[in-house]
Amino acid sequence: MSEVMIQLLLRSIWETVLMTAASGLISLVAGLPLGLALIATERGGIAENRWVNRILGIIVDGFRSVPFIILLVALIPVTRLIVGTSIGTWAAIVPLAIAATPYYARVAEVSLREVDRGLIDAARAMGGNRWTIIREVLVPEALPGIVAGFTVTLITLVGASAMAGAIGAGGLGDLAIRYGYQRFETTVMFVVVAVLIVLVYGIQWLGDRLVARLDHRA
Amino acid sequence: MNQHVLAETPLLADTAEDDTPTRSTTHTAARDEIVRLVDLKRRFGETPALEGVSLTVRKGEILGIIGRSGAGKSTLIRCLNGLERPDSGEVHIEGREISRLGENELQPLRRRIGMVFQHFNLLSAKTVEDNVALPLKIAGRPKAERRARAAELLELVGLSAKAKAYPSSLSGGQKQRVGIARALAAEPALLLSDEATSALDPETTRSILALLKDINQRFGLTILLITHEMEVIRAIADRVAVIDAGRIVEEGPVWSVFADPQSEITQSLLGGIRPQLPKEIAEKLSSVPGKEAILRVDVAGDAARRPLLSELASAVPGRFRLIHGGVDHVQGEPIGSLFIGVAAKDSQVAKILDFLTARDAKAKVLGYV
Repeated sequence: MSEVMIQLLLRSIWETVLMTAASGLISLVAGLPLGLALIATERGGIAENRWVNRILGIIVDGFRSVPFIILLVALIPVTRLIVGTSIGTWAAIVPLAIAATPYYARVAEVSLREVDRGLIDAARAMGGNRWTIIREVLVPEALPGIVAGFTVTLITLVGASAMAGAIGAGGLGDLAIRYGYQRFETTVMFVVVAVLIVLVYGIQWLGDRLVARLDHRA
Repeated sequence: MNQHVLAETPLLADTAEDDTPTRSTTHTAARDEIVRLVDLKRRFGETPALEGVSLTVRKGEILGIIGRSGAGKSTLIRCLNGLERPDSGEVHIEGREISRLGENELQPLRRRIGMVFQHFNLLSAKTVEDNVALPLKIAGRPKAERRARAAELLELVGLSAKAKAYPSSLSGGQKQRVGIARALAAEPALLLSDEATSALDPETTRSILALLKDINQRFGLTILLITHEMEVIRAIADRVAVIDAGRIVEEGPVWSVFADPQSEITQSLLGGIRPQLPKEIAEKLSSVPGKEAILRVDVAGDAARRPLLSELASAVPGRFRLIHGGVDHVQGEPIGSLFIGVAAKDSQVAKILDFLTARDAKAKVLGYV
């Protein structure tokens, strides 16, 4: 590979890492409360509210059912409003985060639902309010699953960010399509795939280690 | 540990000492009543769980509620701290009616009622120490106080060495000790025990019951426990209430209920720990007078302290044999159940029955073999 190609590769790696990390972080910060809201408002939840639960469910699943490439284009006005431009790496973070948040909310919801109801009873019997139950019981007890789910979400985002090339966001996927595929530069293709494998394995490994450290169940 | 650990402060300050006329008219209870339930009813859909339960728990006693699974005992105990709401009826905790209070009003009240669960319900993500200190954290006490109190309680339950361990590394009995320590953290006026020993082996059960009894005696803590095992009642309760199909069918001091169970359900629950007629003889029993009459003799209290059998032998001519039986001691009172076989001559049987009845023993002919 030429000097230029290596520069291009390094830039693409940075773009992919940036898109994944930034949209991942947003999906964590927004998705976890959304997951908590879904759990809390469901039947028998700590803040049961059928209508809120139904509306949240419709919104979450609505976003999840739109293919990402469509969302990428459809959200252009929103992106422009937030970032000021509709092209480039930062512009791609908006649709990525919007797609990942409802996805992560559902993933977090599954972990939160697995928390034993008896533990919530125990916290209530101690005189805890809803906030106590969330802070002392639901989140800490579901944390291993919340982290494992976040790992899955990050890896999904690495894949989704490849499509962001469509709006000029760059990244490894874009590099592989434009140089490896369209210009038949097999080396570039192999190198990109190798880097992606290392990236995905690395995220999964870190996630697994963190889960092992957090998990005190059984 | 000092007496102050479980200070006898009233559950609710406004019902403490004065008898102001502004107070709810329902507060007519005697001073030593901690819990008073009046005609409690609750159903789940079409299934009734409680069908009018009235019950009183006195300060400092251990009241055991026993019933089969599905009898409504879990629902009952959960009504006491508002985890469950009755459809109708009243729940008075130290004179205050709580069954219509909202979650926010219940929270300070629950901080003064400890609860121990069958499956321990310890938080897996917190250390033993942090589990014990959680009720104090919820009550907003400073960290130094929480640590000191947790250490004190872990010492009480004999688990000081495990303070930094996570619950998953503990045995069932140790987990329940942590559960008890946690329930005591906020100095409750009442401890609720929801089948606390049902998930434990017999030996561990005994040690947990001994711990509860010790806490009750040292600190005068009132305990209400529910169980399906008469052994538990026998081991630590002062009074017992038997619940069946959502109703209290029998209630009284443990020894008197053991000595003279009135309801069929109580007799059946006692079956496992009271002497029963051996199966081989029970199967042969017939109501037609045969060679030998089988008598059941129940005797309790003072009547069981006298040399009943030797008196019987010298007073009534003829011979009898002891088939099965024994004298048990419950709350320091002897309770005996004996199965006796005598030659089935009417005069002989009648004499024995008269003799025993005259000495406060309950005797009856079960049948003949």
